[in-house]
Amino acid sequence: MPVSNIYVTIFQTFPDKIPDTIFTILLMLAGAVGITVLAALLALIGVYLERKISAHMQDRLGPMHVGWHGVIQTLADALKLLLKEDIVPAAADKKLHLLAPFIVFSATIAAFVVLPFSETLVLSNLNVGIFYVVAISSFVVIGIILAGWASNNKWSLLGGMRSAAQIVSFEIPASLSILVVIMAVGSLNLGDIVQFQNGGILHWLIWKSFPFNLIAFIIFFTASLAELNRAPFDLPEAESEIIAGFHTEYSGMKWAIFFLAEYANMFLVAVIASTLFLGGWSSPFGNFMNYGIFSIFWLFVKSFSLIFIQMWLRWTLPRVRVDQLMYTSWKVLTPFAFLCMIGVGLYMIF
Amino acid sequence: MLVNFASVLIFILFSVLFVGFNFLLSRFIQPRNPTPLKVSTYECGEISEGDSWIQFNIRFYVIALAFLIFDVEIVFLFPWAVVFKNLGIFSFIEMMVFVFMLLVGLAYVWAKGDLEWDKPKDVPAKEMF
Repeated sequence: MPVSNIYVTIFQTFPDKIPDTIFTILLMLAGAVGITVLAALLALIGVYLERKISAHMQDRLGPMHVGWHGVIQTLADALKLLLKEDIVPAAADKKLHLLAPFIVFSATIAAFVVLPFSETLVLSNLNVGIFYVVAISSFVVIGIILAGWASNNKWSLLGGMRSAAQIVSFEIPASLSILVVIMAVGSLNLGDIVQFQNGGILHWLIWKSFPFNLIAFIIFFTASLAELNRAPFDLPEAESEIIAGFHTEYSGMKWAIFFLAEYANMFLVAVIASTLFLGGWSSPFGNFMNYGIFSIFWLFVKSFSLIFIQMWLRWTLPRVRVDQLMYTSWKVLTPFAFLCMIGVGLYMIF
Repeated sequence: MLVNFASVLIFILFSVLFVGFNFLLSRFIQPRNPTPLKVSTYECGEISEGDSWIQFNIRFYVIALAFLIFDVEIVFLFPWAVVFKNLGIFSFIEMMVFVFMLLVGLAYVWAKGDLEWDKPKDVPAKEMF
């Protein structure tokens, strides 16, 4: 039973030797392996980029020795972390301590399943695409609270609670700014949203209902930065204030999984923002260099530009205090997000 | 459509297995020498006293409650936003009445001071977290 265009084409090229269900499951598994490997690779590239970009912004060079200009540095670090001892504090709750990285990583990476890399390249063409992404990335909060609680360390608990309060507060403006996109397109499916923007840079959703969609994009970008616990909102991870927040008592591979999840989440946010507002895999030149292999190229260009901006903000702005953080979310971003939604509604009616 | 969710389930199961595999691999090649000092709770060199599982501040609960209310509102806004293009001004006004009622709620919480992170000055120091 064909399930979407890419599965249809693969089904039609292979003869019926294995039963349909098994074949579908194997195909899904292959897709899962592919996307997980891609996400891990992108996280590694993200870490390398972060180190190089932060280094050049600070007028130094960053990793240079391991491989040409340090490209294999992150891989070497990952291998090193694999060899590190896994120290679980004696006072910690061992089962919950082990469970937390699973939840954080699975929740983050499960959102990659609906990302459209081209017109046909999407692992799961859900009709509730963007709603699913918002829902499943909320699970990360559970993992973070669990990590803070299970470590039995006052600083981990405080960091976990603060991080959860931060993520949860910024979830509201982020979801509201997604609403303005859905109002314009009329569908939750990410493929439909990109098709709506197909046709050149003037069709991108960021220019619709000017200036409300632009404000919505800025709100979404800022709120997502806070949800990632990075850029100027990284109080839960601040080294000088709270040791390392909720991942203080994690060492070795468990810490590496948290780290990997954070950078995969960063990439996820960049892809979602470019899919919703900047046209996803469609080319900004209309039909020139559109479809096929160019889709992946354009998606990556847009995403990596947004990632560069995220890193740029991190290494330029000072850290925000926790009460300023809550003020930003509840008293600035949420009212403006509501304003954008009402504005877009009025725009579309009149 | 349901089959697409099977894809999601397989993906989640695979990611859990992926993390588990990494932990297992690490378990085989890492050294394991837990000394009492290594497994003590980390507090920048100080010796920690007592459990960390103490009561935490009420303001986390207030933030979570406010988030819950607005999140449920957003869940109601999503289906309306999907069909908004095809409905007219009447549905817009209807939904805006709903949003307005919740905005009044936000204004109330704001004016009451529940969104403030710092407590007012006449609270004794031991209640500050």
